[in-house]
Amino acid sequence: MAVATQNKALLIGYRAYVIAFFIFLAAPLVAAGTFAFNDSLFPALPWQGFTLDWFFNDTEPKLGMFHDRRLLRGLYYSAVIGAMVSFLSVFVGTTNAFLFVRGNFPGKNFFYILMILPLVIPGVILGISILVMASNIANGVEDKLNIELEFLRPGILLVVLGQFSFITTITSLVITARLKKFDYTMEEAALNLGATRAQVLRTVTLPFLRPAMIAAGIVAFLVSFENFNTTLFLVGSESPLTITMYDRMAKVGSTPVLNAVSFFLIVGSGLLALISVVIQRDKSGG
Amino acid sequence: MQSDIKRLSLILLFAPFALWLLLLIILPHIGIVALSLREKVAPRVYEFGFGNYIDFIQEPIYWNTLLRTGSMSILVTILALLIGFPIAYYIAKIAGKRSRGALFLLCLIPLWVSDLIRAFGWILLLRETGVVSSFLQDIGLISQPIEFLYNDITVIIGLVYTVILFMIVPLVSTLDGMGDDMIEAGYNLGGSGFTVLRKIILPYAMPGIVSGCIVVFMMTAGSYLTPILLGGKNSSWFTEQIYDQFITRFNWESGAAFGFLLLAFTSLVVWLGLKLTGQTLANTVAKS
Amino acid sequence: MNDQAAYDLECTNITKDFGSVRAVEDVSFVIPSGSFFSILGPSGCGKTTLMRMIAGFEKPTSGDIRIKGRSVLDVPPNKRNVKMVFQHLALFPMMNVYDNIAYGLRCAGTPKSEIEPKVRNVLERIALPDVATREIHQLSGGQKQRIAIARCMVLDPDVLLLDEPLGALDLKLREAMKIELKLLQHQFNTTFVYITHDQSEALVMSDHVAIMNNGRFEQIGRPEALYHNPTTSFVAGFVGDSNRWKGKVAEVKSDSARVETDAGLTMICKRREGEALSAGQAVEIFVRPEFISAKKDGAADNADNTLTGTVDSVLFNGANSRVLVRGPSAELIEADVVVTGGPEDLRARDAVRLSWSAQQTMCFAV
Repeated sequence: MAVATQNKALLIGYRAYVIAFFIFLAAPLVAAGTFAFNDSLFPALPWQGFTLDWFFNDTEPKLGMFHDRRLLRGLYYSAVIGAMVSFLSVFVGTTNAFLFVRGNFPGKNFFYILMILPLVIPGVILGISILVMASNIANGVEDKLNIELEFLRPGILLVVLGQFSFITTITSLVITARLKKFDYTMEEAALNLGATRAQVLRTVTLPFLRPAMIAAGIVAFLVSFENFNTTLFLVGSESPLTITMYDRMAKVGSTPVLNAVSFFLIVGSGLLALISVVIQRDKSGG
Repeated sequence: MQSDIKRLSLILLFAPFALWLLLLIILPHIGIVALSLREKVAPRVYEFGFGNYIDFIQEPIYWNTLLRTGSMSILVTILALLIGFPIAYYIAKIAGKRSRGALFLLCLIPLWVSDLIRAFGWILLLRETGVVSSFLQDIGLISQPIEFLYNDITVIIGLVYTVILFMIVPLVSTLDGMGDDMIEAGYNLGGSGFTVLRKIILPYAMPGIVSGCIVVFMMTAGSYLTPILLGGKNSSWFTEQIYDQFITRFNWESGAAFGFLLLAFTSLVVWLGLKLTGQTLANTVAKS
Repeated sequence: MNDQAAYDLECTNITKDFGSVRAVEDVSFVIPSGSFFSILGPSGCGKTTLMRMIAGFEKPTSGDIRIKGRSVLDVPPNKRNVKMVFQHLALFPMMNVYDNIAYGLRCAGTPKSEIEPKVRNVLERIALPDVATREIHQLSGGQKQRIAIARCMVLDPDVLLLDEPLGALDLKLREAMKIELKLLQHQFNTTFVYITHDQSEALVMSDHVAIMNNGRFEQIGRPEALYHNPTTSFVAGFVGDSNRWKGKVAEVKSDSARVETDAGLTMICKRREGEALSAGQAVEIFVRPEFISAKKDGAADNADNTLTGTVDSVLFNGANSRVLVRGPSAELIEADVVVTGGPEDLRARDAVRLSWSAQQTMCFAV
């Protein structure tokens, strides 16, 4: 609207480009989702008719995702890991926000850059570096004290730590942005009305941050859920869903049950993303 | 009293931050650098040396892969910017009020869909028995199935697809903050469309552009699934080499060296990009 | 003891330094119970710092603050019975009106059964009985204002501090709220301390006004006293409009003085009680436009001060119309005039004669 759009043809061309882009954006997702409903053993054309077997059927060869033990276990592990990562990273993200918005200490700018850094480190490297360190510690302890520290071997804990290491940057940025908008006089007003420091935090500051904390938690959960690169090096026997799917794809090849999982994940992550956007929309205008 | 409380709370806030960065970022990275400088001279016997790096230099496949990964990532970043900028501009500045929100939501909702599902979707579309090939046969344009997978163009399309939303979303936020009156003033003072773009819009959007480019470049260079699944076994992506050293050959020393090289190489590119555009990490990535 | 408790708020020799900057310097005042007291000064004069010290957010470098006769220097802000209406009100957006007002009561641990009637009662007193369940963003500017006051008043404070709360409102609402605040203060009969840089707010509402400049109190008094009998040149210049000249004393008499301005005019001005003036002293002269009469030239009168000039322009503003006259020394002099719309009215380029009495000519040594 800002641009003087005298040139009608140009505008139509521009619109066509935007539409083409959104088709490009949607095509693979639609393809991945749609074949979940094709009554065929292969996710390919021709269309054989509509079915929900790939979700709910309980017998081979058309074993639906909700009866596929390994996929369900992957889903469960993903959910557990996601919940842990999102809890941890929201907690540290919140303390980081207070540290950088309210705190005053030497080297603050330097530490702030340090806080952003994990976001631009390739996930593969985060994965191997944490794997190497955990193994070094575990090996060292085993050699010296002859104690086997099972939790430092690849497994859920390492996956959680690996994802937490960079997701915390995301949650910190989201919560920091919100805390910066906080009108400091609201805390003074609460103090003035007789609240203690703890009451101010509980009744004024944290409620103000709550939308950002929930949104950050959802984003953390989603990023954790879809993460592959970091997880790949840290995973033990408890594979989360993306790893299970990748194994299935590599060993069995593409089967419509993977489409069913894809559909489930696209819809699920879309809904969660939608919720996080809606929550962050500030009804009171900040 | 008051200042003691302040100091105590500062320490309490600093503790999680320090633990997180020290234990999960700084020490592990020192760890892989140290590991990469270890040479295996006999089973379970190691000594300090640059052998792993020398191996890398002496084996053209390795550094060719790194250079290939780097140059293709730069290409993907440029393509993502060229394709994404007009979309972001449309959403932020041209679309009507209602469709603006809807279009932006369309970008945000699929933001967190896994690389795996994205690549899977492309496989279903582009493989020999895929939707595109069947469709082209049905309308009689080709007579027998065509394999669109396993070539560099497909890998690049797939990579651009995977990362482009991370370019568009920060750009929309940046452009959204720019007042329409600034653009109108540009036209009003007699600028042509191109001058306004070059002198007003691009400089204003620069932090967002650089931020998007850094994130996109890093994601591309560090991606694993998309090149493997769309490029096949010969995709020659550097992360694959790291995986190979770590998991298949169990040669952690060499894998650590490769990891460090990838990090150093990508950081160098980002640093150069920041220098060339006169931006800093703090006013770009931190703002998005 | 008894006569101390007659004051709700006493400040004695308050000084506040921020590093090497002295924000408040040796300020002393007392406020009688149940009065409306304003602190008026330009922005950056230290009035907000003074208020934050009274509320307990800052500690004075030296001096004492007493509320109802008791020093509160060691009382933390959340234990002082001084409530504050913030500049941007600082209502809590995540709570509705009821919860905003009940906030202080809940913090004080008031039983639930007592909170409800108290909140209802205060809402009725501010004439907004039906808004309890509204969200803050649903209120109009004036309603927010009243809720912010109610939120404090429900706690029955000894003193209510108001930090330029009308600043964010538009002009019309601001005029209405001035009257409303005055009425509210009467109704609650609580001491209000009102901070502002807007003189009309201070003059209209207050029983007493303190004029603050550069961290110091220049003068404390009733509004009309400040207007008619300023004791410093800052107060004379800051409160109300004035024509202002710089000059030197030429001759001193028992109750008046003759001054030569730098531009070469001669004026007779009043000597204020106790003001020591001597010949040759540099002074500043203030004359309010409403005390200068502007007539078409020719009509002679025997005023103390007269000069002739030409009308440069007429600033028509109904009852507050004014002319700008270019005098013999080429400077512009403002004088209030009555514009009737008839042929007698002054117009641009008319020759005029300005006259005013020595009584209305204020003179301050600089």
